[in-house]
Amino acid sequence: MSFYFAQFLTGLSSASSLFLVACGLSLIFGVSRVVNFAHGSFYMLGAYVAYSLVQYVPGSILGFWGSVIAAALIVALVGVVVEILILKRIYNAPELYQLVATFGVVLVMQDAILLVFGGEDQFGPRAPGLDGVVRIFGEPIPEYDLLLIALGPIVLCGLWLLLNRTRWGVLVRAATLDREMVASLGVNQSWLFTTVFFLGSFLAGLGGALQVPRVSINLLMDLSIIAEAFVVVVIGGMGSIPGAFIAALLIGELNAFGVLVLPQATIVLAFVVMAVVLILRPYGLLGKPETLAHSAGQVELPIRPASTLAKSVAGLLLVGLVIMPFLAGEFAIVLATDVLIFALFAASLHFIMSNGGMVSFGHAAYFGLGAYGAAFVIKYAGGSMEIALLAAPLMAAAGALVFGWFCVRLSGVYMAMLTLAAAQIVWSTAFQWQDLTGGDDGLLGIWPSEWAKSKTAYYYLALVLCGGSILAMRRIIFSPFGYTLRGGRDNPNRTESIGINLRQHQWAGFVMAGMFAGIAGGVYVFSKGSIFPDEAAIPRSVDALVMVLLGGVQTLSGPVVGAGVFRLLEDEISRLDYWRAILGVIIISIVVIAPEGIAGFIRKIAMKAGFEHGEEASS
Amino acid sequence: MKILKFMAGCVLAAGVAFTAIAAQAAEPIRIGEINSYSRLPAFLDPYKKGWQLALEEVNAAGGIKGRPLEFVDRDDAGKPGNAVTIAEEMVSKEKVTLLAGTFLSHIGLAVTDFAKQNKVFFLAAEPLADAIVWKSGNRYTFRLRPSTTMQAAMLAKEAAKTGAKKWATVAPNYAYGKEAVAAFKKELTKLVPDATFVEEQWPTVFKIDAGPVVRAVEAAKPDGIYNVTFGGDLAQFVREGNLRGTFENRTVVSLLSGEPEYLEPLKGEAPKGWIVTGYPQGAIETPEHKVFFDAYMKKWGEAPKLGSVVGYNVVASLATLLKKADAYDAESLVNAMKGLEVMSPSGKFTFRAQDHQATMGTWVGKTDVKDGAGVMVDWFYADGADYQPSDEDVKSMRPAE
Amino acid sequence: MSQSVLSVRNLSKSFGGLKAVSDVSFDLVKGELLAMIGPNGAGKTTCFNMLNGQLKADAGQVMLNGESILGFSPRKVWRKGVGRTFQITATYASMTVRENVQMALISHHRRTWDIWRPASGQHVEEAMDLLALVGMKEQAERAAAILAYGDLKRLELAIALAHAPELLLMDEPTAGMAPKERVRLMQLTADIVAERNISVLFTEHDMDVVFAHAHRIMVLNRGELIASGSVDEVRNDARVQEVYLGGGTLFEGQAHG
Ligand SMILES: Nc1ncnc2c1ncn2[C@@H]1O[C@H](COP(=O)(O)OP(=O)(O)O)[C@@H](O)[C@H]1O
Ligand SMILES: [Mg+2]
Repeated sequence: MSFYFAQFLTGLSSASSLFLVACGLSLIFGVSRVVNFAHGSFYMLGAYVAYSLVQYVPGSILGFWGSVIAAALIVALVGVVVEILILKRIYNAPELYQLVATFGVVLVMQDAILLVFGGEDQFGPRAPGLDGVVRIFGEPIPEYDLLLIALGPIVLCGLWLLLNRTRWGVLVRAATLDREMVASLGVNQSWLFTTVFFLGSFLAGLGGALQVPRVSINLLMDLSIIAEAFVVVVIGGMGSIPGAFIAALLIGELNAFGVLVLPQATIVLAFVVMAVVLILRPYGLLGKPETLAHSAGQVELPIRPASTLAKSVAGLLLVGLVIMPFLAGEFAIVLATDVLIFALFAASLHFIMSNGGMVSFGHAAYFGLGAYGAAFVIKYAGGSMEIALLAAPLMAAAGALVFGWFCVRLSGVYMAMLTLAAAQIVWSTAFQWQDLTGGDDGLLGIWPSEWAKSKTAYYYLALVLCGGSILAMRRIIFSPFGYTLRGGRDNPNRTESIGINLRQHQWAGFVMAGMFAGIAGGVYVFSKGSIFPDEAAIPRSVDALVMVLLGGVQTLSGPVVGAGVFRLLEDEISRLDYWRAILGVIIISIVVIAPEGIAGFIRKIAMKAGFEHGEEASS
Repeated sequence: MKILKFMAGCVLAAGVAFTAIAAQAAEPIRIGEINSYSRLPAFLDPYKKGWQLALEEVNAAGGIKGRPLEFVDRDDAGKPGNAVTIAEEMVSKEKVTLLAGTFLSHIGLAVTDFAKQNKVFFLAAEPLADAIVWKSGNRYTFRLRPSTTMQAAMLAKEAAKTGAKKWATVAPNYAYGKEAVAAFKKELTKLVPDATFVEEQWPTVFKIDAGPVVRAVEAAKPDGIYNVTFGGDLAQFVREGNLRGTFENRTVVSLLSGEPEYLEPLKGEAPKGWIVTGYPQGAIETPEHKVFFDAYMKKWGEAPKLGSVVGYNVVASLATLLKKADAYDAESLVNAMKGLEVMSPSGKFTFRAQDHQATMGTWVGKTDVKDGAGVMVDWFYADGADYQPSDEDVKSMRPAE
Repeated sequence: MSQSVLSVRNLSKSFGGLKAVSDVSFDLVKGELLAMIGPNGAGKTTCFNMLNGQLKADAGQVMLNGESILGFSPRKVWRKGVGRTFQITATYASMTVRENVQMALISHHRRTWDIWRPASGQHVEEAMDLLALVGMKEQAERAAAILAYGDLKRLELAIALAHAPELLLMDEPTAGMAPKERVRLMQLTADIVAERNISVLFTEHDMDVVFAHAHRIMVLNRGELIASGSVDEVRNDARVQEVYLGGGTLFEGQAHG
């Protein structure tokens, strides 16, 4: 019994730690609707800064807590700088575009922290005065854990008072519910956002700083906390601080007891819980339906068949792609194959995200399923590459069929998070089911058939499959089915009231997107010869998002441009030292200069120059 | 006149300089080195410093048959797909003679398979997975660092001596952890047939929630604990365990925990009396290590870590290979590598012909804390040659060439 | 009297404690233009939402040509031949005017699963005819997002007519329009109704429009039907006078939505 009570307390202290990080994220999202990937970086920065400061005041209680607070303040200032310098310029960009900027910040912060603090793991001292254990029912409980357990509710109360008892808090809550309303009240929104970022980043920094006596500080902290923080925010309901608290408790305790019952499952437990919560309560435990409709930001132009200019450019590109192997070296062919694959992967995300209004944070699931589907055919069925390339889209579509059924019942960021949960389930299955997938050691020896073995032959195969798929998707976008998805995104109400079963169409669209991603995965696996769970993991999904957003959500050629730019940039820049920071800065610059994405930016210029039809012209 | 003289002088000087450069710039031998530098700087920074030092020494001594050795190193960002693309580039564009590197097992395996498919020589430097030389082993791949099973066998041998019978294991929940636990179980039960394993904990890698793990281990009341966690997970595991007295009066054996990369961050909280594999740095008195240690200290102003030794040994192995081989095509390199003897800071080792594993060993000892820092004591060098499977076993595990 | 197309009995709905619609019953016959009037918050939109399936009714009965349609989803109600325009216009902002109408036609012809032939080439003539009918032909290629409010209302009418409905539900069809335009739109509606023999239930707060075009009027107040009958009957009803004239400010006013 005492053992379980102690376990319960352990769960509580983890819950407090989680809550501290998650509440800042929830606050920022609630007010600014920015999905802030950099929140994990702020957390990591808080830990590093606090660790460094503590070195100057060893063993002093005041020094320790002073360092923690100072670290949180420093992080808060960094957050404000990021908000003012970057995010402020792009609040009006299309939905989720800010996410790319925060992704750039993540890259820059990783290298900045490496440069300033070094690459080695750091293990901070225990908190002075709280370095022992207390016996509760005979069980030793770390004193610091007890402090954390108390701190969670204290911060919750503090935030509650701040949000309910101050004018600032009232404005924040109002903005969480309805942004336009606050704007129309004549409140300086810009100032409000900045202060919210200050507080949110402060909390992230505090959360990180408080981990110094508990965990070893390393450069992987940022990404390992961010997914979990999002889970907590979503379970609690985006923008709801009490919700985040309850969710943190839920996850903390589930992990504490899950590790006793089903230790193998802890890796996905949180995501499974999130999926269940979202299915039962589509807006999280204490969340409210999103008021954010797609209409926020810029209004999109009607899609039109490509203009003569665009057609000629596309034609030239195609000719270039076809004759490329005769002009370029072997490696250029390999790289071009990569670009083709990622262009298809990004286009398949764009297909549902832009055209269908269904954002997926877990699109890698279908890329991975396709890749594994192809690999299984080779490994276990003794099949050929040709059959495997058929199996890839089938396997991915099957996965999308199952997950999609649940996902299309939600919308907006909640749907995105459910797709993320689905992807985590795929990833962890690949990671854990060693007998089938080889686990982390992956499946090897998946190479093309004899006729496609040469780099050139395989490039042409990829060109046909990926290029063909991209064109097919484009065709679908212009078809009645594509228009139906688009209509569902513009106005679901209208769609239902002209007799369309929107959910069914969305489901089908989701499956199609999964299928095309599966083709990309299949082509990918034969170009690399091996497949690992990484291909279904969060970073791969983020890659797809960044490629789509960078290229331009509202432009049909966006994902192709985005994939090309992103992949080639990464390949070129990764030769340099501190290349992540450089890549991050480039991404941020693109985002700030061209908030409509690269392809959107080019289109805008072309329109200004009169090469493209403007909104009033007829096609 | 003066001007003419001056110009003639210039021409002469330029000519001399040119021939000097030309002589020196005999076509370098290029080695493609792929690693997860940005992902794992803590491990790969010392590794890089190790091979840089060795490279400098090799070239200062005249290079290989008059040709300088050159490393083309690239970062794969911890993504296996990137590693394969880079390997393609190294081979087709950079025209490297052979490939080397990798730290993470899955990336090592991806490149291993690439080497097989493209018939390119590959020396896997750091990845531990057994599969690199066994299940997925191939003609073109060799591995330097002692494998998971070799190191687990070293620990099992010491664990058997302690008399502990009831064991609990704690290992990260992925291929490496599973392999390490399976190997330890197998090796230990060979030596102690009545050993039992009463508890297994599989924390998520890099995400350990150490409190519950420690409590679960404690609840099983084992005589011995076998730990495979590393890095931040290890730190948390140690701290929680120390706080709760989990390790008191218990035998703990722990894979890799004596490596400075893992031991140093623990500082004064490093565990005491754990049986570990690792690297006791400055304490090693063999002449070949002393030379290396001093040169490293001189060049980098810090003590080498285990990664530094591995990095250095990569160059040592390749230099020996390239000196021995008559031709630098993959087949000749493979033939020359089989049975190749290499002199290194860690002693002499051989690349086994039967499974392409180097017999490079590692140091086994106990942890202790001295002057507020974790150190290894009572250590000895475990020669990798003593922890190899029988040739029949190798045959059954390794696909035919 | 000809047979009623729509027959509503004891329709009720409350939101928490608020009785938004209580016990409303009425009939609508073929070719009839029936106006539902009442002050802001009277429950008109709620009524419409229950009729077209967007809201679940608490109690009551709705029969369309003798078949109960209560509890049907909006799309099923639509398939039964009921068209609807919205108080807050609902069009596809990222499509052109023509494409908006085409979408309704595509759905009507059950072609939404077609993934191959370009949508913009489908039912073009039918769409243009409908646009011509509502006077929007010239604007067919403009983006719906940039239309004036009155034009959006006319577009909505065209969309609602796309599947040749038997019954049209029009929630505030002229809200936000200039008075002159209002009369024109209602005249247009009346003409179409006459020509196609459609029944229309509409809400409206401009009494000139109502008195000029409605065949019959129902008055809703606080969710209850307080009067119904011919234009003159309603105009002279004491309770209506009280609701409207007693508190002139109760008229649904300038702001809509
Ligand atoms: N979804 C809802 N939840 C709660 N109350 C509602 C809802 N919809 C309408 N109401 C309330 O029901 C009453 C009737 O509203 P409505 O039907 O829109 O009136 P009308 O269209 O006649 O102006 C109003 O008091 C309104 O506030
Ligand atoms: Mg209304």
